[in-house]
Amino acid sequence: MQKQTLVKILFILTIAFGTFSCTDKMDNSEEAKAERKKEVSEYVKHHNLDTHDFTLYSYKGEDGKDHSIGFPLPVILWSDGLHVFSSGKFHHGEEVVESNGKYFALDTHSYKIFETDQTGKISYDEDHHATNVKPLDFSITKSVFMIIVVGLIMFFLFRGLAKSYVKNGSIASGPGRFFEPIVLYIRDDIAIPNIGVEKHKRYMPFLLTVFFFVWFLNLFGLTPLGINVTGNIAITTALAIMTFLLTNFTGTKDYWKHIFDPLGDSMPWIAKIPLYIILIPIEVLGIFIKPFSLLIRLYANMQAGHIVLGSLLGLIYVFNSWLGGTLSFGLSFAISLIELLVAALQAYIFTMLSALYFGFASESHDHAEEHEGEIQHL
Amino acid sequence: MEKLLGEFSIGLFFWQSILFIALLLLLRKYAWKPILNAVSEREEGIKNALASAESAKREMENLQADNEKLLKEARAERDAMMKDARELKAKMVADARDEAKVEADKMITNAQAAIESEKKAAIADIKNQVASLSLEIAEKVVKEELSNTDKQLKLVETMLGDAKLN
Repeated sequence: MQKQTLVKILFILTIAFGTFSCTDKMDNSEEAKAERKKEVSEYVKHHNLDTHDFTLYSYKGEDGKDHSIGFPLPVILWSDGLHVFSSGKFHHGEEVVESNGKYFALDTHSYKIFETDQTGKISYDEDHHATNVKPLDFSITKSVFMIIVVGLIMFFLFRGLAKSYVKNGSIASGPGRFFEPIVLYIRDDIAIPNIGVEKHKRYMPFLLTVFFFVWFLNLFGLTPLGINVTGNIAITTALAIMTFLLTNFTGTKDYWKHIFDPLGDSMPWIAKIPLYIILIPIEVLGIFIKPFSLLIRLYANMQAGHIVLGSLLGLIYVFNSWLGGTLSFGLSFAISLIELLVAALQAYIFTMLSALYFGFASESHDHAEEHEGEIQHL
Repeated sequence: MEKLLGEFSIGLFFWQSILFIALLLLLRKYAWKPILNAVSEREEGIKNALASAESAKREMENLQADNEKLLKEARAERDAMMKDARELKAKMVADARDEAKVEADKMITNAQAAIESEKKAAIADIKNQVASLSLEIAEKVVKEELSNTDKQLKLVETMLGDAKLN
């Protein structure tokens, strides 16, 4: 009974807010709609990019200009020397910053920093790419800032969990307690089945770190702060490269034998030659395709989720009617729920597949073990 | 693909790699190892506790079985002892009875023999007395004879009457 009332109230509020958000102040002509469509598309695109400042909220002020509330982040550039300054100096791309005799401007289109002359002019080619010189940008961007935040959260959360075991007689307490079953799940259902009981311990720190790192960042991406870290190709590439390096540096003899001699002793060497001309390149390619699929999967899923959610929310302003607004809201709410699932799912898949690859790398065949046993026996 | 490469930021890649590896190493030292050790220690503890409970239960069962066995043995021993005692008692009674009978028989035999010999002695004595009485009677009769026949006869009669089974 109470539940039904709650659902009804939520439903009415949804329609009411959907309607109110579509004010009469907006122009409903076709041109204005097309203009808004473009605006929304730009907004969604920008939302998914990495920026040099942390914007919490932006609005159009009385003076007709865009204002944003947030805080600047440090910019660190390398261009014939180190250049460090606050991103607040750009004033959202309106001003040129002079540092150590060089001039830098922020391209408002791609949110990238370019070297310019004193006037701060950025020239573009026909594909709308800036042609200015790009300095090496090691700035603490919004994504880097969020990585640090998530890193600190993870460190204190799991440090607390580890300490609570000591304090509380091997029983978890505190907020970390919620994560103990997940840690156990990763150990018992991801690491051990894929890698095996003997060797899984070596990979556990990486699997746990990568799972919680990706999951927490995915969840932060669902907040209205406009954070899109795991939907950034550089982040997923870095993660996938770590999986790649761990896989290949911990690879056993059997792992490499499987790549360069996949058929083993099943046929004479003369028969293997024509097969290996095809097989070995495929296997070698597989080494690289596996982590590549990891990086593309995570990137594409998170990026697509953000674009879909942003577009659905933007639809409210494009339709600008109570029906469209309400429907868009309902749809984006449903997608948000799915994204919540996707956030955990993608973290799980990344961890699971990493564990699978580690399992390949650390496998040692049964017959090999038998041979070893025989040698020991002799 | 070109868009992807355009989006790729070397700076972000650099920071992500550095920060992630730092986070991985820090967490490994300060979080994951203690957590996993504590958890596996706890699991080990639970397993051991269960095993020891199981063994204690089995021990209890064994103890109980031992007790039962001991009790049974004791009961059997008691029964055996009781049986022995009963047999012994019966034997002793039987022995006593036999001995008594033998003794009694012997005594009876002795008594009979004594009676026989007494009887023989008595008869012999009677014979002697009868002989001497006869002699006396004969003597007296002879003497009486010598004085009076009647008297002699009378005397004999009285004498005989006196001598009749005194």
